[in-house]
Amino acid sequence: MDLILIAVISLGAIGLISAVILYAASKKFAVYEDPRIAQVAEVLPQANCGGCGFPGCAGFAGACVKAADSGSLEGLLCPGGGASCMEKIASILGMEAVASEPKIAVVRCNGSCENRPRIAKYDGAQSCAIAHTTSGGETACTFGCLGCGDCVAACKFDAIHMNPETGLPEVDEDKCTACGACVKACPRFIIEIRPKGKNNRRMVVMCVNKDKGAIANKACKVSCIGCGKCVKVCPFEAITLENNLAYIDPAKCKSCRKCEPECPKGAIHAINFPPRKPKAEAPVADAAPKAAPAPKAEAPKAEA
Amino acid sequence: MKTFRIGGVHPAENKLSAGKAIETLALPKQAVFPLSQHIGAPATALVKKGDAVKVGTKIAEAGGFVSAAIFSSVSGKVNKVDAIVDASGYRKPAIFIDVEGDEWEESIDRSTTLVKECNLKPEEIVAKIKDAGVVGMGGACFPTHVKLSPPPGCKAECVIINAVECEPYLTADHQLMLEKADEILVGVSILMKAVNVTKGYIGIENNKPDAIKLMTEKAAQYPNIEIVPLKVQYPQGGEKQLIDAVIRRQVPAPPAIPINVGAVVQNVGTAYAVYEAVQKNKPLFERIVTVTGKSVKNPSNFLTRMGTPMSQLIEAAGGLPEDTGKVIGGGPMMGKALLNIEVPICKGSSGVLIMNDKEAARAAENPCIRCAKCVSVCPMGLEPFLLATLSAKKDWERVEKEDVMSCIECGSCQFTCPSHRYLLDYIRLGKGTVGGIIRARNAKK
Repeated sequence: MDLILIAVISLGAIGLISAVILYAASKKFAVYEDPRIAQVAEVLPQANCGGCGFPGCAGFAGACVKAADSGSLEGLLCPGGGASCMEKIASILGMEAVASEPKIAVVRCNGSCENRPRIAKYDGAQSCAIAHTTSGGETACTFGCLGCGDCVAACKFDAIHMNPETGLPEVDEDKCTACGACVKACPRFIIEIRPKGKNNRRMVVMCVNKDKGAIANKACKVSCIGCGKCVKVCPFEAITLENNLAYIDPAKCKSCRKCEPECPKGAIHAINFPPRKPKAEAPVADAAPKAAPAPKAEAPKAEA
Repeated sequence: MKTFRIGGVHPAENKLSAGKAIETLALPKQAVFPLSQHIGAPATALVKKGDAVKVGTKIAEAGGFVSAAIFSSVSGKVNKVDAIVDASGYRKPAIFIDVEGDEWEESIDRSTTLVKECNLKPEEIVAKIKDAGVVGMGGACFPTHVKLSPPPGCKAECVIINAVECEPYLTADHQLMLEKADEILVGVSILMKAVNVTKGYIGIENNKPDAIKLMTEKAAQYPNIEIVPLKVQYPQGGEKQLIDAVIRRQVPAPPAIPINVGAVVQNVGTAYAVYEAVQKNKPLFERIVTVTGKSVKNPSNFLTRMGTPMSQLIEAAGGLPEDTGKVIGGGPMMGKALLNIEVPICKGSSGVLIMNDKEAARAAENPCIRCAKCVSVCPMGLEPFLLATLSAKKDWERVEKEDVMSCIECGSCQFTCPSHRYLLDYIRLGKGTVGGIIRARNAKK
C-alpha cells in the first residue's frame, strides 16, 4: 500500500513542479503573433506557390498584415486566390481591396511538330534544363520550346499540360493563377505572364526567336523574322522590334488586331477573339467595353 | 603496374585505328575558325571581310589572360566574320576563310630537322607558347600558358605528360608518339624548363606497348624524363587521376588545382605543339584527329588543318556509313554527339567517332536498385546516385554540400549503371547550377 502511495505522491509532485515551470516559461518566453495573420492565412489557397513573391502563404499573410498597419494593401496580390481572395483579406484587415489586373501565363512558341521540322533526336534525360544546356534542341530553332515539360512539372495548379499533338505546353485559362512558377522553370524564357486583357482577349507574338530573318524563317514556319511590318501598322506604338524579334507591350496594345493579318508568318496571335468576318475591313478599331460582357469561354483559340 | 587508387572502369578499348600511319588531309575549300575554342574568354577577331591571310597568320587575339589566340591554318581571303552553328546546335561567332593556294608565313620553320637546343629563359618560353595560341590538346582546351604560370605561393615540382589516351577508340596520341617521339621529348624538356623543374614523367597505358618501348629507348638520352607504364583504367587521362597514378599525390577538392600538389600536367599533343611553337615558330593550327567507328570503312589518323569541316574527314575515311546512329566529337566516354557534321575541327577535336544505330541507342531508364556500382567506380569518390537525385529535386544546397564541383564528368557512373539511369545528365545540371551560384556568391563579396 505504501509503495502505491509513494509513487502517486512523488509522481504528482513531479507533475506539479513541471507544470509550474512550463507555465512560467510560457509566460516568460511568449512570442506575440498578430491573430490577424492566422485569419488571413486561412483564406489563402495554401498552395505555397510563391507566386506572390513571399515565402509561402504564411509569409504572404504576414506581409499583408504589415502592409495593412502601414496603410495600404497596394502591390500585394495572391495570384492563386485572385481578386476574391484579396477582397476577403481586405475585409479581415478592415481595408479596401486594391483591384489589380488579372494575368495569365502565355507560352510564346507555336513551333509544333508540323511547323518546326525536326533535324535531330534528343535522347537524354527528359528535362528542359538539361536539354537546353546540352544542345540547341531537336530543331534548328535554338530559342523555341524543347518539349520536355519542365513547366508542367513546376505548375502547382494543374494548369499547364503538354499537347501530345503539337508537342507544346498549353495553359488552362480557368486554372492558371499567373503565379509564375512555369516562367521560372522554362530555361528558354518562353513563357510570359501577361494581362488577361479586356474580355479575356489579347494579342501576342507567339515566338521568341532572336535569329536573323533568314535563319528564323528556315527553322520554323511560324517564326518571327523581324521584318517590322507589325511595328509600322500599329497605330498605338505598342510593338517594338529588338534583336530581330517583335514584342507587343500589353500596356499599350488596344487589341485593334491590325497587326495580326500583317504578319507574313502568322506569328501574331489574337487569342480569344471571335473569328474574323469573311470580308474583314478592319474597322474593329477598339474592341471597347460597349460590346457588353461578351461570352468568353467558348471562343476558340484563334489560329492565324 | 601503377594506376589511380579510387574507382575507375575499363570499357572495351576498340582502338580500330591503332597503327594507322598519320595521313595528311587535303586542304578544305573553306576553313571556319570559331572564336571560342578554349576555356576562358573568347578571342577577338583581328581580320575583316576581304583581308588576305597566310598559313600561320594571327586572325584573332586572346580576349584576356585565360584565353588564347587563333591562327589561320590556310591561306586565302576572309569571306566573313559571322555565326556558325556549333556542335551543339547553337550559333557562335566564327571567322570564315576561303582557301586559295597554300602560302605559309615566312617566320615558320617548315624543315623536318630536329632542333634540340633551347636557350630561352622560362618567361620567354611561356610568352612564346602564349603567342602561338597553344591550349591543352586533350579536349578541355585550357590555355597552356596559364598552366605554366603558377599562382603566387605555389611551386611546381614536376611535369607530368598525359600520354594515357584512356578514351576508347581514339589513337591520335598513340600514333603521334610513334611518329614524333623525338619532338615530344624536346617539347617535354621545354615544358620542364618553362616551370623550372628537373623531373618529368610521361604516363602511358600499357595497351600501347610499342609506344612505351619506343619512348623508353628515346628517353634514355634525357636522364630527367621517366616513362611510366600504367595499367589500363578509365579515366586515367583525368589530371587528378594521372597525378595520383604517377606520383601518388591526391589533389584536394576544388578550388585546389594540380599545382597545389606541385604537378603540372600537359597532354602529349600539347608537348608536341609546344615543341613546334618554341623551336619552329609554328603556331597551333593543325592537329591529329582520329576518325573511327565500327562501321567506318577506313578508320584513320589524319593530320588536319583546323577549320576543316568534320564531313571532309568522314569522307576521307570512307564516307558516312548507312547505319550511322550518332556522330560524336571526341571519344565515346566524354565526347559530345554532334547535331551537324559541318562543324569545323578545333584545337580540342581529338577524334570523330561514328557509332552505328545499335551502339548509339540509349537503353530505357529503370529505377535505381541501390547497387552502389556508381559509387564504387567514381574516381573522385563521390556518390553519383545521390548527386543525380538531388539535382533532379533541385536541392542545390545539398548538391553543393555533396561536393558536386569535384565531379570531372567522366561518365564512369553512367557507363556502369545497370539501370541505365541518366546520372551524368543530372549531375552536369547540378554542377552547372551550383557553379553559377558559387560565382554569384563570390561576385557579391
